[in-house]
Amino acid sequence: MAKRIDVSDLDIFYGNFKAVEGVNVSIEPRSVTALIGPSGCGKSTFLRSLNRMHEVIPGARVEGKVVIDGQDLYGSDVDPVDVRRQIGMVFQRPNPFPTMSIYDNVVAGVRLNSKKMKKNDLDDLVESSLRGANLWNEVKDRLDRPGSGLSGGQQQRLCIARAIAVQPEVLLMDEPCSALDPISTLAIEDLMTELKDRFTIVIVTHNMQQAARVSEQTGFFNLNGVGQPGRLIEFNPTEKIFSNPDQKATEDYISGRFG
Amino acid sequence: MTSLDTKPRKADKPARAVRSAGDRTFAGLSTGAGILILVVLAGVAAFLIAESLDAISAPAAEVPGGEGVWSYVGPLVFGTLLAAVIALLVATPLGVAIALFITYYAPKRIAATLGYLIDLLAAIPSVVYGFWGLAALAPSLVPFYAWAERNLGFLPFFAGPASVTGRTMLTAGLVLAIMILPIISAISREVFSQAPALHREAALALGATRWEMIKMAVLPYGKSGVIGGAMLGLGRALGETLAVAIVLSVSGGITFDLISSSNPSTIAANIALQFPESSGLDVSTLIFTGLVLFVITLAVNMLARYVVNRRADFSGAN
Ligand SMILES: Nc1ncnc2c1ncn2[C@@H]1O[C@H](COP(=O)(O)OP(=O)(O)O)[C@@H](O)[C@H]1O
Ligand SMILES: [Mg+2]
Repeated sequence: MAKRIDVSDLDIFYGNFKAVEGVNVSIEPRSVTALIGPSGCGKSTFLRSLNRMHEVIPGARVEGKVVIDGQDLYGSDVDPVDVRRQIGMVFQRPNPFPTMSIYDNVVAGVRLNSKKMKKNDLDDLVESSLRGANLWNEVKDRLDRPGSGLSGGQQQRLCIARAIAVQPEVLLMDEPCSALDPISTLAIEDLMTELKDRFTIVIVTHNMQQAARVSEQTGFFNLNGVGQPGRLIEFNPTEKIFSNPDQKATEDYISGRFG
Repeated sequence: MTSLDTKPRKADKPARAVRSAGDRTFAGLSTGAGILILVVLAGVAAFLIAESLDAISAPAAEVPGGEGVWSYVGPLVFGTLLAAVIALLVATPLGVAIALFITYYAPKRIAATLGYLIDLLAAIPSVVYGFWGLAALAPSLVPFYAWAERNLGFLPFFAGPASVTGRTMLTAGLVLAIMILPIISAISREVFSQAPALHREAALALGATRWEMIKMAVLPYGKSGVIGGAMLGLGRALGETLAVAIVLSVSGGITFDLISSSNPSTIAANIALQFPESSGLDVSTLIFTGLVLFVITLAVNMLARYVVNRRADFSGAN
């Protein structure tokens, strides 16, 4: 289920503006990989290029290769819709569908796959996904209420339940805790540690302690100046990044000298 | 979103003291405006009721038609609702489809041009629609009506005899549909384009196709706006006078036959056609039909608000 991601010579554009340049990286299956770096250096842009969400923005495109277990994501015969069904995404702001109940939110992706499922199986899936997202006990009595009635942290965990309900191979998370309080943040970090047994997880975070706590590998993005493309400066085991990074810029950033 | 979502509230109870002169002025102005609307509404209702009392209390035989006001207004109510419902059934799906095409499918330039053209439809005076319906649309539909009578005649709607002028209830409904199309599509376009990117991206990231994304994140969000637009359109269709008066060939009572020449009139068209030659009790009867139209329109609006509010906590507005 969990898959390996190989990125080579990836350039990412918004129209004529090159936002990210020359990314080469291999992301291990069944691990948490954190991406850190100052604002505007292209972390979100890079993350969204991994499930072809980048091209949803008019004029946005990529050059280079992203290969997931041997399959080129940007191959000419690959349907972006299929890619997104295999690679789940959790956004910075919790975004459960406000017009759907908690239950319907969880099964939204499964219903898209147009598999006809029996009510019983759906019920089981809802329970296991919500348990997987550590939300079951809090919502089991109000599954038919709108998801927007939950707290921010609960909404974010609902979004995680929605993403894992389709059994994706990779889970991308873009600053999933930045809108949450510390307790909800801890709940989601615990969750990531549990989920990495089953999924390949890539998380963008602004929170250095968070990267240190949850990830095995860390990538540091940086940019030389405004209007310049962002680059992946360093990619190393998290321990090494936080104790003895190869690059001076990485050290400056994590020791808080800029960014 | 739309004005339908924000219930007209009475001015907030003075929980906090109004502080500055600007606040006071504005509070006064808006309260005044709110009260003014109620006064005007009440005034119109009072006028209609007062003026129609004569007809209501008159002996049945003296009312036009000779069978009392209720028999007189019955076919008119039926004609009004039938024409408006046809218009709504045609214009709502079409307006929603156009709005979706403009917001999520068409290339930018085509979208802008199309939106502009649809808006232009709203600027055409209804007398022009009436003459267009009479002179262009009606004749061109005559062959279709003949065909429908032959092949679909088993349905009550196409029982016939098919009109040879084309001035049928269906033609009138179609003209009304085109007249209300701009309202429905403009409001739908507005609400669809405001569907939050957050939720559209959530759908796409789950692997939704464009149409599935629209079903998950755009239509549910825009639903109450579409209903609001449809109700505005319905209001216009119910009250439309001139176009119907010109297009519809009127003779007869209640029938579901949409393609014949004997149709009930609509309340508004009937008032326009009869009023110049009326006096005394006839006028009072016509005003009574106006009162009925007023009540129907109010009821439609209240129903719309009920529909919109029923699932308010799922509306996406919270
Ligand atoms: N929708 C967009 N259109 C054009 N440029 C964008 C868009 N989103 C982001 N960018 C630009 O791409 C660069 C990288 O942004 P982003 O990936 O959001 O950075 P990060 O997530 O690291 O803060 C920035 O210069 C930003 O201005
Ligand atoms: Mg970002």
